[in-house]
Amino acid sequence: MVGIYDNEMKLEFISKSSNEAFARIAVAAFASQLDPTIEELADIKTAVSEAVTNCIIHGYEDTMGIVKIECKLKDNWIEIQISDSGKGIEDIELAKKPLYTTKANLERSGMGFTIIESFMDEMKVESVPDIGTKITMKKYIATEKNEEDNSIINKHNELDKKSNEQSEIKEGI
Amino acid sequence: MECIYVPKDKQLTLKIEEEIDEYATEKLRRKIDNEITRFLPRKVIFDFSNVTFMDSAGIGMLLGRYKIIKMLGGQLELLNVNKQIEKIFEISGILKIIPLIKNNEENVS
Repeated sequence: MVGIYDNEMKLEFISKSSNEAFARIAVAAFASQLDPTIEELADIKTAVSEAVTNCIIHGYEDTMGIVKIECKLKDNWIEIQISDSGKGIEDIELAKKPLYTTKANLERSGMGFTIIESFMDEMKVESVPDIGTKITMKKYIATEKNEEDNSIINKHNELDKKSNEQSEIKEGI
Repeated sequence: MECIYVPKDKQLTLKIEEEIDEYATEKLRRKIDNEITRFLPRKVIFDFSNVTFMDSAGIGMLLGRYKIIKMLGGQLELLNVNKQIEKIFEISGILKIIPLIKNNEENVS
C-alpha cells in the first residue's frame, strides 16, 4: 500500500485498561519520527491515553472489544484515529462539554475530550449508537529548529549592523 | 508507593511512583485510602516528583481523595508536579481547591 502519507501504522488490541500505557507509548514512538519536542510528545501521549480510555470505559464498558488505532504522518503533522465498535455516543456535543460525565459515581472527571481538544490542534468525534465511536485528532509539530535558525541568523545580522554602525561612528569621530 | 507519616504534625506524605492513568488509578485509590483511614492525617501531601505521566483519570482520582480528606477535616497538597501534569490541572480547574507546592530542594536547583 503506497499512500499519500510519509508513513502509516495500525494497531489493534483488546479493551483492557492495562493496554493504555502500551497504546500511548507505541503512538509516541511512531510520532517521534517527526522530531517533536518532549512537550509535544507528552501532549500526544496524554491525548491518546484519553481517547483509548474512552473506548475501554465508555465504548465497551464491562464487555471486551477491539480498540483500533491508525496513525498517519505527513510533512510536519500526525493524524491519529482511535476507534471502537462499542455502544457509541448519543449526544456528542454534550459529551464534549467540560466536566460532563455519565460515570460521576466512578470518579470520572469528564475532562477527556476537553484535554484532547486543548492538547491537539484538531479533533473530530464521529459516533453511531450501537455501532461505535471514532475520534480523529491531528497535531502539527512545530518546526522550531527552522525558526530558531532564522532567529539566530537575524540576531547575527542585527549584530553586524550594530557593529557596522559603531565603526561608522568611530570613523566619524 | 512510599508513605511517610509525621505524627507531630499529623502529616502524611505519599510518594506516587506510577504513571497515573485509568489502569493505575484503581490500585492507587485503594492504597491511598488505606493510608488515609489508617492515620487520619490533618494534612496529606501527594509527592509527584516521580510521576512522569497523568491523564484525566488522575483528576477524577484526586478529586475523590480530596473529598475524603476534607470530610475527615484534613487538607491536601500536591508536591513537585511536572509541567505537563500542571497543564492538565490548569485545564481541569482543580488548582482552585488543591494547591501545588514545590519543595525547597527544587527551588535551590
